[in-house]
Amino acid sequence: MARFDPYENNGGTCVAVAGADYCVVAADTRLSVGYSILSRAHSKIAHLADKCVLASSGFQGDIKALQKNLTAKELVYEHNHNKKMSCPAMAQLLSNTLYYKRFFPYYAFNVLGGLDSEGKGCVFTYDAVGSYERTGYSAQGTGATLMMPVLDNQLKSPSPLLLPARDAVTPLSESEAVDLVKDVFASATERDIYTGDSVEIVVINSSGTHRECIELRKD
Amino acid sequence: MDACGTQAAAAAAGGEGTQRTLYPYVTGNSVIAMKYKDGVIMACDTGASYGSTLRYKSVERIKAVGKHSLIGGSGEFSDFQEILRYLDELTLSDHMWDDGNSLGPKEIHAYLTRVMYNRRNKFDPLWNSLVLGGVKKGPKGDEKYLGMVNMIGTHFEDNHLATGFGNHMAIPILRAEWREDMTFEEAIKLIEKCLLVLLYRDRSSINKFQIAKITTEGSTIYPPYALKTNWGFSAFENPSKGAVGTW
Amino acid sequence: MSSIGTGYDLSVTTFSPDGRVFQVEYAGKAVDNSGTIVGIKCKDGIVLGVEKLITSKMILEGSNRRLHSVHRNSGLAVAGLAADGRQIVSRAKSEAANYEKVYGEPMPVKELADRVASYVHLCTLYWWLRPFGCGVILGGYDRDGPQLYMIEPSGLSYKYFGAALGKGRQAAKTEIEKLKLSELTCREGIVEVAKIIYGVHDEAKDKSFELELSWVCDESNRQHEKVPNDLLEQAKAAAQAALEEMDAD
Repeated sequence: MARFDPYENNGGTCVAVAGADYCVVAADTRLSVGYSILSRAHSKIAHLADKCVLASSGFQGDIKALQKNLTAKELVYEHNHNKKMSCPAMAQLLSNTLYYKRFFPYYAFNVLGGLDSEGKGCVFTYDAVGSYERTGYSAQGTGATLMMPVLDNQLKSPSPLLLPARDAVTPLSESEAVDLVKDVFASATERDIYTGDSVEIVVINSSGTHRECIELRKD
Repeated sequence: MDACGTQAAAAAAGGEGTQRTLYPYVTGNSVIAMKYKDGVIMACDTGASYGSTLRYKSVERIKAVGKHSLIGGSGEFSDFQEILRYLDELTLSDHMWDDGNSLGPKEIHAYLTRVMYNRRNKFDPLWNSLVLGGVKKGPKGDEKYLGMVNMIGTHFEDNHLATGFGNHMAIPILRAEWREDMTFEEAIKLIEKCLLVLLYRDRSSINKFQIAKITTEGSTIYPPYALKTNWGFSAFENPSKGAVGTW
Repeated sequence: MSSIGTGYDLSVTTFSPDGRVFQVEYAGKAVDNSGTIVGIKCKDGIVLGVEKLITSKMILEGSNRRLHSVHRNSGLAVAGLAADGRQIVSRAKSEAANYEKVYGEPMPVKELADRVASYVHLCTLYWWLRPFGCGVILGGYDRDGPQLYMIEPSGLSYKYFGAALGKGRQAAKTEIEKLKLSELTCREGIVEVAKIIYGVHDEAKDKSFELELSWVCDESNRQHEKVPNDLLEQAKAAAQAALEEMDAD
């Protein structure tokens, strides 16, 4: 007998890579449930502010609700403070928003990317109930387990145990980072059934944001 | 709740005296829809089942909403009729402004997504998959729209959609054969092909179908009709022949 | 006014010794001083017309509407305080919507008029309420055909063939009486209503006005709607022409 389950996993993978003066945020556009593909062209990325982009995977209903909620709160912030929200501020807001629903969580796995107040690339990575960390790169979603070790290997982030703390941003140039993102998506698509169709890549730098779409395997 | 699962849909959950849908009661089957040259076309059968019993044989599961949209619903039939009442209220209050503006398919779909998602947040879902299609004049000319939303609020747009069993059986056909510039006749042919596959393979579907279209001229819901079937395929008459390892 | 200073005109819960409720009568004054509204019952439907006085040149055309739809097939014209009128419209809308939800069919106009009248009357019964400073003309189309009702601030409501409220009501009623309403179609009716509104408009006292027209008839599919723009313009032109002809005589 069918029983009500308020959640559904619609799959998908999100990645963000920060550089010295840029940030790359990417997510695939497949929307699935179980073994079915619902849509091949569904964006998981939300532009929350000038220098702040959110990619989320998990349950699409929650993701849309969360992203709409943040967009609305950003607008209120803009009216109150007469400026766009900074990426670190949005990061804290996202954490609070997720934790607010700690006991009926948003089933959403988020990666937030953008530029901080000094213009440096920043990436924030979350769990579903709001714990978060600022990093130099991150992957979330169904393909994260396949991508993360590759990113670790390629980006050679300085150990967070080192003292004094080192910058977490990656040493790659912008175009190298974009190429790396394309590669990890192409690779994850080979093994993860929930990742594929195409990948939407957003690059944020001092001149603004730039968006491109690359085709992936459709099987 | 009895084991055979035929008991009423509502059972006490949460606080005392509140009832919510825990499983569906009378259910309708697949709805399929696609965009074509002039607009959107939608189709489904006219059956609604009580478990495995065919309870209603002539119900309309595709309805017009306002001037520019069509809605098709599968799942709990009473919830679908409740949704129609919500939409009626919405389009009436929109109509009463009498200001020359009207809600288009995009707006209706956005409204439905919020209704469905909010009900699931209350653990009191409307047990349906809904398809919303339409055409409306926009700043960039006629804009076709086709979107879907399910009982927990997952929603998206596409060029062709199907709910329930249709998602498994009709979508592969549509993905292979659908084109943006199909004429109405070609679209009907493709839709009927999908309906026929569903009729053969989906046990709860019936041979009484309704097709509807929406264009800038408005919506038309055609009277129900039956498809010509052929049960003489050799694979139907002797299904195990040629299938090695079966009896 | 004889009532002033007697103390009997301060509350709706106090009668005067000769049995009047002055506050309700004062509310009627608000209606009498407003722009004229007219409603007629033609053979195929209802036409409602409003002389909406424009108090400032900077007011946007089409705003502050005094003609409202109440449901698919009924509408309401407001004379008096427009804001009070919106309260009545809102109540009428919810009554009509609720009726349809319960009974699955549109609310009969008679029933709707009764409910709205009860609501208006209710506000004349309590010391903490102020009676509505507006009168309304309600027109609708149901299974018994087109019907027209007028509701006054007292809560009094009657069914009419033709009704008028506001400054020019006397002249308007005289004009309506001259019409052969049983033979008139709505298409002809809108011209007549336009002529009446233009005719009773007092150019000396009120500078400009906007003509609002709505109808419920077979031609509008029994839906209450604003009269289509081309017909409205034709009616305006006809009214203007009739007016000039009268001046010439």
